[in-house]
Amino acid sequence: MSPPLKGWPKALWRVAGDPLPWSFAALVALTLGMPALRPLFAALFPELDRPVYQQDSFAALVMAHLSMVALSSAIAIAGGVLLGLWVCRPAGRAFRPLFESLLAMSQSFPPVAVLAVAAPIIGFGEAPALIALVLYGLLPIAQGTMAGLDSVPASTREVAQGLGLDTWQSLYKVELPLAAPVILSGIRTSVIINIGTATIASTVGAKTLGSPIIIGLSGFNTAYVIQGAVLVALLAITSDQLFGRLEERLGAWRTRDATDAGAARFVQVSGR
Amino acid sequence: MIEFSRVSKVFDGRKAVDELDLVIPQGELAVLIGTSGSGKSTTLKMINRLVEYDAGTLRFAGEDVRHFHPETLRRRMGYAIQSIGLFPHWTVEQNIATVPQLLHWPKPRIRDRVTELLELLHLEPGQYRGRFPHQLSGGQQQRVGVARALAADPDVLLMDEPFGALDPVTRAALQEELRRIHALSGKTIVLVTHDIDEALGLGQRIVLMEQGRIVQQGSPLELLTHPASDFVRDFVGRSDIGIKLLALDRVADRTRHDEAVGGEPIASSSTLREALSAFITRKVDRLPVVDEQGRPAGTLHFCDLLEAQA
Repeated sequence: MSPPLKGWPKALWRVAGDPLPWSFAALVALTLGMPALRPLFAALFPELDRPVYQQDSFAALVMAHLSMVALSSAIAIAGGVLLGLWVCRPAGRAFRPLFESLLAMSQSFPPVAVLAVAAPIIGFGEAPALIALVLYGLLPIAQGTMAGLDSVPASTREVAQGLGLDTWQSLYKVELPLAAPVILSGIRTSVIINIGTATIASTVGAKTLGSPIIIGLSGFNTAYVIQGAVLVALLAITSDQLFGRLEERLGAWRTRDATDAGAARFVQVSGR
Repeated sequence: MIEFSRVSKVFDGRKAVDELDLVIPQGELAVLIGTSGSGKSTTLKMINRLVEYDAGTLRFAGEDVRHFHPETLRRRMGYAIQSIGLFPHWTVEQNIATVPQLLHWPKPRIRDRVTELLELLHLEPGQYRGRFPHQLSGGQQQRVGVARALAADPDVLLMDEPFGALDPVTRAALQEELRRIHALSGKTIVLVTHDIDEALGLGQRIVLMEQGRIVQQGSPLELLTHPASDFVRDFVGRSDIGIKLLALDRVADRTRHDEAVGGEPIASSSTLREALSAFITRKVDRLPVVDEQGRPAGTLHFCDLLEAQA
C-alpha cells in the first residue's frame, strides 16, 4: 500500500520506488568514486600494497566495455534478426533446421575456446573478442525472432493478406510489431549475457572491465576482482532495467483494460 | 459479378474444388454452405486469390482474376473472418482504416469514413474509435471486422464464417445487421458458413457444397421445398423443414390488418417461426401484432401460418 501522497512528494515517492535511478546512480558513483574507497579496500585487504586498481580509470574501462558490448551486440542483433526473419519466410524456410543446429553449436562453444582459436589466427586485441561475442550473442536473438514470428496467429497473417497488404507491408505493419516483445526479450537476454561475457576479452588484450578481474585473478588481488565484478554487475542490472522499460512501452497496448478509466490512465502515462 | 466456370483446385492430389460452375450476380447475397472439408472456404479464397485455382476460369467483373494484381484485387474486395482477425496492436480506428490507408486516402476522408462506419454498426464513435480489440466484446470486435471489410467501399464483401465464434444472441443481432447493410448498400456478398439457419436466414442464393462439388443451389425456399437429394434433405434438417419454412416469412406477411385482439403483442418484423413459438407458449390462437414503432398493426391467426406456403 502506497501512502496517499499528492504533488511533488508523490512524484518523489514514485522515483524512489523505481530501481532504475538507484542502480544507475550506484554505477556512476562507483565508476567515478572508486579511488575514494581506497581506505575501505585497504581495511578489508590489509595484505595488499595497491588495494584499488589504477592502471586505467574506471570511467575509461566502463566506456571501453560499453563500446565493445555495443558493437558486438549491434552486429549480433542485425545478424540474428535478419537470419531469423529469413528462415521464417518461404524463401529461407528450408534452411531453418540447419540454421538452428548451427546456432546451437555456436552456443555450445565456450567463448574462451573461440578466443583461444581466433587469437592466434587473427591476432590479439579486440577483433577476436568481437567474433566470440557476436557468435555467442546470435542464438537468443535469432531464437527470439523466430519464436516471435511464430507467435503471430496464422489468421492474423491471412487477414492481412486478404485485406490487400503485400508481403512487405504485412511484415512491418503487422507481424514485426506483434513479434516485437518476444524479439526484444531475446535481445535483452543476449545483451545482458554479452555484458558479462565481454570481460573475457581482456584475456586477449582488449581493455574492458575484465582487465581488473583478470589482473586481480592472476596476481591474487581479490580487491581488483571485486571492483571489476561489481561494476560489471551494475552495468548489467542497469541495462536490464532499461530493456524492461522499453518492453513496457512496446507492449503498452496490451495492458489497457476494458474501461475508459484504463484508457485515460494510458494517456496519462504515455504523456509523461 | 463473380463467375466460376469449371474451376478446380487440387491439394495434395485431392480435389478440394471439383469443376465448380457458379455465377454470383451483382448485388446478390450468396451463402456457401457445407460440412468441413466440402471446399466452401477454398471456393471463397479463390475469389480474392488467397488460394490460386488450378483449372477452369474464374472471372471478377468480367475479367479473369489472374489478370489483376493480387493486392489490387483484394483491396477491391472486403474481407472478414472470425473475430480473431482484428490486428490486436491497432485501435479500432486504425483497424477500420487499414484498406483506405493502403489506398492513400487523405486523412480527413479516412476519419470521416471511420465515423460513418462506426455509426452504421451502432458503435458510438467517440467511445470506441480509440479502443484496442481486446477492450471490446466478441460481438463488438466482429462489428469492427465488418466495418473494416466495408471501409474502402469494396465491390464485393467476402466473409468466412464471420459470426462463427459468437454466442447465439450476438450472432442473431449481427445477422440482422448484415441483412440491413446488404439492403442498404446493395453490395455483392459471399458468405461462408456451416450453420444452415444462418444460411436460410441471410442467403438470397444458397450454394450447398460437398466434396468440392455443388450439390444444390437455389433460394432458401427451393432448398426447403425441393431438396435435390437425401443429402440436401438431411442437411436442411429433415424433420425441421416445416419449422424452417416458417422462419423464411415474417409476421407482417400474414397479419389481418382489420382485426384487433388483446394480450401481449408480437412485432410484425418477427418471423412466423417466432410467432409459432409464441402461440404454443401462450396457449392462444390469436396474437396482436405491432409495427416497429410499437403501434397496433392487426392480428395474426394461428390458422394463417398454414397459408400460402410453397
